[in-house]
Amino acid sequence: MSQSQRSTRRLARRVGWETILALLVLIAVIGGTVLNKDFLTVENWSNLLANFVEIALIALPLSLIVITNEIDLSVASMLGLSSSLLGLLWQYKLPIPLGIVICLLAGALCGALNGFLIVRFRLPSLAVTIGTLALFRGFAYIVLGDKAVADYPPEYAEFGLGVVPYTFIPLPFVLFIILALIFWVLLHHTTVGRNIYAIGGNQMAARFSGVNISRLKMLLFIASGVISALAGIVFTFRFSSSRADNGTGFELSAIAAVFLGGVTVQGGKGTVTGVVLSLLLIGIINNVLTLADVASEILRIVTGSLLIISILLPNLIASTHERWRLMQRQKEITRLGGASVAK
Amino acid sequence: MSTESKPAAGGQGWHNVLLRSREGSLVLLIAFMTVLTTSLNPRFISPQSLKDLMLNVSIIALLVLGQTVIILMRQIDLSISSIVGITAFLSGILFINHPGIPSILVVLIAVVAGLLLGGINAALIAWGRIPALITTLGTLYIFRGANYAWVHGRQVNAVNVPGSFLAIGTSTLVGIPILTWIVLILLVVFAIGLRQYRIGREFYAIGSNPNAAVLAGINVSQRLATGFLISGAIAGLAGALWLARFGTVDATAAEGIELSVITSTVVGGVAITGGVGTVVGAVLGALLLSVFSSTLVFLRVPSFWQQAFQGAMLLLAIAADAYLAHRYALRLRVKWSHV
Repeated sequence: MSQSQRSTRRLARRVGWETILALLVLIAVIGGTVLNKDFLTVENWSNLLANFVEIALIALPLSLIVITNEIDLSVASMLGLSSSLLGLLWQYKLPIPLGIVICLLAGALCGALNGFLIVRFRLPSLAVTIGTLALFRGFAYIVLGDKAVADYPPEYAEFGLGVVPYTFIPLPFVLFIILALIFWVLLHHTTVGRNIYAIGGNQMAARFSGVNISRLKMLLFIASGVISALAGIVFTFRFSSSRADNGTGFELSAIAAVFLGGVTVQGGKGTVTGVVLSLLLIGIINNVLTLADVASEILRIVTGSLLIISILLPNLIASTHERWRLMQRQKEITRLGGASVAK
Repeated sequence: MSTESKPAAGGQGWHNVLLRSREGSLVLLIAFMTVLTTSLNPRFISPQSLKDLMLNVSIIALLVLGQTVIILMRQIDLSISSIVGITAFLSGILFINHPGIPSILVVLIAVVAGLLLGGINAALIAWGRIPALITTLGTLYIFRGANYAWVHGRQVNAVNVPGSFLAIGTSTLVGIPILTWIVLILLVVFAIGLRQYRIGREFYAIGSNPNAAVLAGINVSQRLATGFLISGAIAGLAGALWLARFGTVDATAAEGIELSVITSTVVGGVAITGGVGTVVGAVLGALLLSVFSSTLVFLRVPSFWQQAFQGAMLLLAIAADAYLAHRYALRLRVKWSHV
């Protein structure tokens, strides 16, 4: 495992996963333009960006969590819970800004529960977040049942659907740009970021170097909760609708984006730039397919396949490389052996 | 090592056995919940309601058998619900397109289809070396997406399915539904296989310590593949039985059922960290969950609460397992501290 991991890293260093991703994005843009004349239009691009803004938001803290070798599967459920809670509070005529604050707090609480169970009891994050995936979605159903809340004031719907004046960038996407910048600085230019890589690279070594692993992981899970809640609020305003099943299955796309972005399963590796590029790639692919009238179920197949391929491909490359190296060494040994016998 | 280790050895008196083993505490819990609900509503143990309970638990319990093998090896299979969905519709479409096809052939085809889908998981996990969570999360959506595309809004109804096949889900033998008999027989096979046979012990060995398993000469990737093939085949069988039980199948059949199966397995004492647990316990876990949800229905708790309860129980079970493992480790340390 560690052998192949090392050669994956060596390979990634040589070629640069971001370069490959950027090329793929370029190919996708060219392909989309050739395939469909509606692709390279202002309206389509604001659609394209708006359509993956929730997943993009969720993917940011998630990639940091995966770099520390943990995972958060409950993100989509926290999104649904936040959307439902906002709906319930609006039904009780609570002012929306107050409702937003409460939703973000609820998200923080959910994330803290994940973090608490994982950090304090040393439980595997995979198991815990499968549990909270059911629990938080269950809460969403308890909060809203099978009702839908749709009568949001128009100014919020305008935020959900609007664009930054004179550009094609949707207003909610600005949130993502700001947060992506924050996460980029955090991960690549602060000690916190170095500590995150350290934990993923070798948790024991990180502990002995004085990294407060528990606190850092706790904070990451809380960040995941808050940002998932934020994504839930964005989702609610974009569709002017709160339902308990909002965003079901978003965790798949978010996780796919994280792994496609070059974050490895073994942790300790990955960049914000890579994740942003892979989000863009997934967004473009989905958009091109939607423009081509491909059914939404096929989109699911594509996303699932992207997730698997994003890990299968580096694994295959690494193991072929490893086999080649072994073969070379074998040859060298036979050569040396032959030489010594001749002597 | 003489006196203080006595209680740890257990086995003194039936009550000790009952409380110390996970199976025992599960039986107690199930009994407690049954008595409680019956005292509130005597109809809870009426023959009809018991039959419903057995039917409800059967398909989950069947899937739990495959999931146990997987979780014992420290893996997870999220894709089972989608395999059940595909094979359920496949069974229905076979009956529609080939009237008069023998039921046993349909079941066999469903099992083979499940085996093939499980084979995709197996190949990706064992030879593609992709973590099981990622693989099966991907195939959960890929299989379901393929199912939606294939079904394309169609539906199989009970009128399309021969009565003899539907009888598996309705008629009883000595008071127990045939569906439940099938699950019980497989339960015995799995219990003996995991306990007595080499392959079963290898599953445990891989879960307790993968590196040690490799050093002990176990072909880990082959065993992983076997596990996912078993899980797929079981899901295929469950798909055919799903059709027999419900009669109606559309593209959404069995969606989300993987959460109940995993929760049952873990509540039943199969540790998510691998190497610990039995199929009997896991099936009792499924029974407990089923009794619990009927209790909620009988107590008129809104059905929206079910999922939250399920999640909470899964979390509780994981936490309890971790606590017990921690205590056991402490006890071992005390026991051997004089060495």
